[in-house]
Amino acid sequence: MGFKGQIAALFGLEKGVHPPHYKNTAKCATVEMPAPERVVVSMLQHVGAPCVPTVAKGDSVAIGQVIGDSTAYVSAPIHSGVSGKVLGIGEIILPNGTRTATVEIENDGEGRIFEGVKPPHIHSKEDLVTAVRASGLVGLGGAGFPTHVKFALYKEDCIDTLVINGAECEPYITADNRECLENTWDIMNGIMIMAEHFNAKQTVIAVENNKPMAIAELTKVAKTCSTEGHRICVKSIPAQYPQGAEKMIIYSTTGRKVPPGKLPSDVGCVVMNITSTAFVSRYLKDGMPLVARRMTVDGNGVKNPGNLRVTIGTPIKDIVAFCGGYTSDANRIMMGGPMMGLTVYTDEQPVLKQNNAILVFAGAGGEKEPEQPCIRCGRCVGACPMHLAPFELYKAYLRGDAADLTKKGVMNCVECGCCSYICPAKRQLTQMMRLGKAYVKKQGGKR
Amino acid sequence: MMEKRFIVTSSPHLSSTSTTRHIMLDVIIALLPAGIAACVMFGWYSAVLIAVTVVSAVLFEYLFRIITKRENSIGDLSAVVTGLLLAYNLPPKFPIWMAVIGSFIAIVIVKQFFGGIGQNFANPAITARIVLMTSFPTAMTAWLTAYDGVSSATPLAMMKAGTVLTPDGPTILGALIGNVDTIGCIGEVSRLLLIAGGIYLMIRKVIVPIIPLCYIGTVGLLTWIAGADPVMQMLSGGLILGAFFMATDYATSPTNALGRVIFGVGCGILTVVIRLWSNLPEGVSYSILFMNILTPLIERATFPRPFGVPRKGKEVAKS
Repeated sequence: MGFKGQIAALFGLEKGVHPPHYKNTAKCATVEMPAPERVVVSMLQHVGAPCVPTVAKGDSVAIGQVIGDSTAYVSAPIHSGVSGKVLGIGEIILPNGTRTATVEIENDGEGRIFEGVKPPHIHSKEDLVTAVRASGLVGLGGAGFPTHVKFALYKEDCIDTLVINGAECEPYITADNRECLENTWDIMNGIMIMAEHFNAKQTVIAVENNKPMAIAELTKVAKTCSTEGHRICVKSIPAQYPQGAEKMIIYSTTGRKVPPGKLPSDVGCVVMNITSTAFVSRYLKDGMPLVARRMTVDGNGVKNPGNLRVTIGTPIKDIVAFCGGYTSDANRIMMGGPMMGLTVYTDEQPVLKQNNAILVFAGAGGEKEPEQPCIRCGRCVGACPMHLAPFELYKAYLRGDAADLTKKGVMNCVECGCCSYICPAKRQLTQMMRLGKAYVKKQGGKR
Repeated sequence: MMEKRFIVTSSPHLSSTSTTRHIMLDVIIALLPAGIAACVMFGWYSAVLIAVTVVSAVLFEYLFRIITKRENSIGDLSAVVTGLLLAYNLPPKFPIWMAVIGSFIAIVIVKQFFGGIGQNFANPAITARIVLMTSFPTAMTAWLTAYDGVSSATPLAMMKAGTVLTPDGPTILGALIGNVDTIGCIGEVSRLLLIAGGIYLMIRKVIVPIIPLCYIGTVGLLTWIAGADPVMQMLSGGLILGAFFMATDYATSPTNALGRVIFGVGCGILTVVIRLWSNLPEGVSYSILFMNILTPLIERATFPRPFGVPRKGKEVAKS
């Protein structure tokens, strides 16, 4: 934190919070985890319309073969990460509560690669959009927004700045950090491809300053690639949650503010996760769709934490077993970081494309502390990156006042968790915000 | 074997270590040195008075919660803070039974009647002080000098009466650390220790300095413009105690930066107006109480705009 940051913090003008970093696995090189005997591939691994299975029970599939697709625009195809036989089409409840179809595949261990897997031919920008869709790429930072939708923005010719999001502001997670260190050139190639595609004038690679090695590596390479017409700079941003949230990272890299209901493209930006960026360049080289990804496995509930490359659809229990198993009193599993991640009740849950971490925790800490009365300290107001007043919204929600909730901007909440984190009275403000948003939608529907 | 079930909770799954109790404990730590210094200056009776207000405040809160069948809340230590602040606002030889009445007003009437911590619209200690002031004006203005215990007028009253401050009389150094001529309420006389306590609270992120700076700054600026001695004005009366420890009371001050500026400046203007142009020598408590009452309106007027929403009349940059 610089001097300006210190002053802002002293006067309570600093947005966001400072949870402990716990980047324990930052130095753990990626380990390839062998594909498990059985994968369960969810048909909804992105924001948008779920896919429909394109295979049936008994079909034989190979690595990289499409097993689910959708005709909807905002969607991304899903591929098999193993070769083997389809055991059946099932249904699961995703960690966020949605029910969706699954394709269950038994791994025959042969590792056959689908004959359709070959580098795509790119002759036009339209071809690139089609290729990105075919790769099944979604935002790998956690949101899971289908990347081809962003790539199609080139048509509007409104993008001047590419923001590469390597903030990784959630505690524990070091998956993007490893991408920076292990695949620096893939990232840079991805940036060149995208810069040309969008006709961008500049690219800002934003990395939180708690990853000095990643910043050093990226800066070295970025220097050699930066040109007059397209400047690439690496920006070290303060390690401050939720720095990696889309609107926040645009603000801290370009100073532009995305108004509510608007998109980054409305202020001339495209934000891409750093691992997604590297994936684009790899896909254009070898044509292997998104069937595996790196994720951080950490927490005091797992014996050997580390960074693994995991086949999409691997059940969590296999991942934990690969990492030496649970410690004796492991009782909580999170998909994603501790600020925004979702807990799951069973370790049968398969991992999804957008999962960047599996955290297992043991012992106490699972139970929420009892809520105490609000003392109006204003810390939630100070911390809210969206400039809301969570304690006021909480009161409005308790009153059941949908009009007041709307007026005070509940729909702008990004559910980052800062208000609940900072609250000294341990009030579950973020949780209430979720209820408040649902309540407003319901009330709005009635009218 | 039955499948193991894991605990499911709603995010965020991390919580800061700060609690209401920690905050109140920090305020107590910040207040204590000034209290101890006062006991050295005014003698053991002040220590008794502090102990009585603290114990009675906690007791009243405890009894009220029992009688109204509510969850016991003395564990958050806010009643201790109220008791301390009340004692700090009393003259050194204030009768014990009156102090207990003060505790009752602060805790039961001002705080608990409105729903307990965070719900009161006015600062309990300040309101209790004002009630005591109007009920027992003589006892509330029985000032004694430190160490000797001679009756005297406060520096503010002397300045108001036009007495020239002689080198033997109130001085800046005396106002900061206290000397034989120091006069005032128990907690307001060791201003250097109060400022140190305020800085401690800022470092611990319990308070932000917006209100104290705006408050004290406004008093200094306006008294300077009005031709009074700004330094003595800033270091007299309950200003330092009030600005750092009472105007910053969470429940009764705005929660956003702009609101806090308005609140601090408003307190400052009122204090100067009362000190220079009213019948009263001191106006810190009345100013803070008045701004407490305005707080909901200030909050409404300064309600933060969500991120990215342009100011009224201003176009969205690019749409």
